[in-house]
Amino acid sequence: MKAGIRISGFGGQGIILSGVIVGKAAVNQGFNAVQTQSYGPEARGGSTRSEVVISDEEIDYPKVESASVSIIMSQEAFYKYASRTKREGLIIYDPELIPDHKIDGDFKLAEINATRIASELGTKIVANIVMLGAFNEMCSLLSKDSMTEAIKDSIPKMLDLNLNAFEAGINKVKLVK
Amino acid sequence: MTNDVIRLLGKNQLFIQGDEAAVYGALIADCRFFAGYPITPATEVAEGMAKWMPRLGGVYVQMEDEIASIASVIGASCTGVKSMTATSGPGFSLMQECIGYACMAEIPCVIVNVQRGGPSTGQPTEAAQGDVMQAMWGTHGDHQIIALAPKSVQETLDLTIEAFNLSEDYRVPVILLLDAEIGHMREKVVLPEIKNVLVEERVPATIEPDRYRPYRTGFTRSSKVPEFAPFGSGYRTYVTGLTHDKRGFPVTTSADVHEELVRRLVEKVQDDIDSIWYYEDSFLEDAEIVVVSYGTTSRPAASAVKMARKNGLKVGHLRLITIWPFHYEKTRDLLKNAHTIIVAEMNLGQMIHPITEAVSSDTKVILAPKIGGAIHTPFEILKFIEGEQ
Amino acid sequence: MGFVSNDIIVDKYLRKDMLPTIFCTGCGIGSVMNFSLRAIHDLNIDMNKTVFVSGIGCSSRVPGYIYADGLHSLHGRAIAYATGVKLANPDLKVVVFTGDGDCGAIGGNHFLHAIRRNVDITVISINNFIYGMTGGQVAPTTPLKSKTTTTPYGNIEYPIDLSMMAKVIGAPYVARWTTAHPIQCINSIKKALQKTGFSFVEILSPCPTSYGRMNKMGTTLDMTKHFKENTINIKLYEKLIAEGKTTDKMIIGELVDTEKEDFNAKYKKFCGELK
Repeated sequence: MKAGIRISGFGGQGIILSGVIVGKAAVNQGFNAVQTQSYGPEARGGSTRSEVVISDEEIDYPKVESASVSIIMSQEAFYKYASRTKREGLIIYDPELIPDHKIDGDFKLAEINATRIASELGTKIVANIVMLGAFNEMCSLLSKDSMTEAIKDSIPKMLDLNLNAFEAGINKVKLVK
Repeated sequence: MTNDVIRLLGKNQLFIQGDEAAVYGALIADCRFFAGYPITPATEVAEGMAKWMPRLGGVYVQMEDEIASIASVIGASCTGVKSMTATSGPGFSLMQECIGYACMAEIPCVIVNVQRGGPSTGQPTEAAQGDVMQAMWGTHGDHQIIALAPKSVQETLDLTIEAFNLSEDYRVPVILLLDAEIGHMREKVVLPEIKNVLVEERVPATIEPDRYRPYRTGFTRSSKVPEFAPFGSGYRTYVTGLTHDKRGFPVTTSADVHEELVRRLVEKVQDDIDSIWYYEDSFLEDAEIVVVSYGTTSRPAASAVKMARKNGLKVGHLRLITIWPFHYEKTRDLLKNAHTIIVAEMNLGQMIHPITEAVSSDTKVILAPKIGGAIHTPFEILKFIEGEQ
Repeated sequence: MGFVSNDIIVDKYLRKDMLPTIFCTGCGIGSVMNFSLRAIHDLNIDMNKTVFVSGIGCSSRVPGYIYADGLHSLHGRAIAYATGVKLANPDLKVVVFTGDGDCGAIGGNHFLHAIRRNVDITVISINNFIYGMTGGQVAPTTPLKSKTTTTPYGNIEYPIDLSMMAKVIGAPYVARWTTAHPIQCINSIKKALQKTGFSFVEILSPCPTSYGRMNKMGTTLDMTKHFKENTINIKLYEKLIAEGKTTDKMIIGELVDTEKEDFNAKYKKFCGELK
């Protein structure tokens, strides 16, 4: 088993943290995982990407080429990374952030209004965790327990809010193609 | 100290960055002094030290620049405290004069260089392996440092401990060559139990103070490394960067004193190269082509070699772990059956030079370079392999 | 303070096998070393627990002659090396000997930040207004119009005032004297050594060989006279100012003497609060 997950968006959305949570969850479950990232020098804004390679074997090359799962949180990132998903791979996106989400190719597409759901929960900063809930629901790779444990480990301070965001993502994601 | 870290963390398995692993490695090795200056992509090392040092009885200080950082590290080490700094290319360039001082005065210290694209300010957030030659030859004059290049986050932790051990053993600066990719990459790391870790200490001076000569060797051991008397221990040592005699006193115009000293500084490390030179090899027995790599680059290189093997190609892989000193004889021996050597590195050709010098003249040595920030993909290296079939 | 003979100072505090010193005839550095050792003697400081740190230059050779731990570091870096020594082992007393070029030019930034950090070290800066070791080049302290080998037509750069810099940045002890004030020098060095925090003693010192010869003061006597004529004690200076007068003479005397918690104390305190 080897899977590559690419999470992309802009700085400040918690893209890198999402990658870290996925990586931790994979390790919790006994897999090997490598999380890498790419971002510009600015702390907010600018395009950001986080990649996680998960495998039951030793991971040599640490980067994701064609992603098994693409989690996308900005229009710019959608243009750049959606097509760099594997054939029959999964693309999860926030349609309100990505009005233009037409894409040709043999992909599964899942939608979740993560930013709106997060705002309704109290703060849009947990949109990334809503996206992770959607990821957990749509992809059987990692168990809910491992993901929850990784969230607890990574964001101990606002745990309830984040666990609610995670649940909301699980419940509200829709497979559109 | 490692047990304190595990106790404070409440766990021994972490999912952390290479920079953070260097912090834990240093803590386990009993590093108690860290001085640094913020610089991408090495800042996380300073941040980790700022968090841990005050909790573990050590000192963290952010100095006014990288020169002050390495200078205070050397000062701290003179008191017998294991000391470290961390930086990237621009800061590493600033540190060079002090690195030479540490070589000359034989003051142990560890310098983590998380390499980024250069020259100059270059690409602050992007990976490179452009400081490999600088690590060895950045400071002026003849000398010998030790440089290690880990390929993973766990190995960063392990080699940081080893860097301290070698530094204490040989009384030389040891440079840990990371890069932006490995520095920021997160992987699983297991913190070793203290009982499973070898932590070396500097060999202390035990002879009575009035017979002690700071730079005379052979009091208690046969190596060319002198025993160390920390400041404040009553030995009253004088430490200088000038050429000095065995008493440590400046003698700057005697050819004999200079030659004896500088030769010893080089030989004390070179004499033990067999036990210092770490490497890893795979599929070398029947390999006609060998990819040589180090650090992050050895990961796509390993993938490429496995892919080539699946395609039936007789390809092997040699990964250098110790970069300096470079073991010419051993490299020649390991690569003797290959007709072509491909050196994959994230620069326009640095380690290819000693490798070319090491192998026989009828062996073809080609470079698989990569600059710009992204690491090689396995396919890029595979193309070089296929091109040499 | 009782008078101690030079023989006792030499016998107790110097490395006899390093003598004679490299200092030129008439140089003031030997005097400053003597003042410092007398201060140490009077205070009965434990030489097994004292580290003398220096950079590069004539004055930086002082620790080589003192029988104690010595760290002869790199040009300009003495204070940064000393910071490492003091922070790593707060039980050690750390004394830096530095010149005006070492401290004010190449090491200026370390000087500034060690004061800001209030590292508990004593810095004795021997100011001879010139780069002596390399043969007499212009220094950051060289007065306007002075001739040096690199200002053959006279210096056009304004000099910096190390003591005023130390005062402004917040050093808890700052004093400046000349080698013509031995008693005052010894007393100030004693106070500096007893001060917790960054203490700074600047001593204007003759370099007849380089500075003097090029500026028509070829003997120590000429230079001493020059120092006396061109300095003003802070008490007199304050009186002058009160009278609405002014002077461009260099102010000497005890410029700052106050209390300020040092880095080690603050660090130790907050570490304790973490547990």
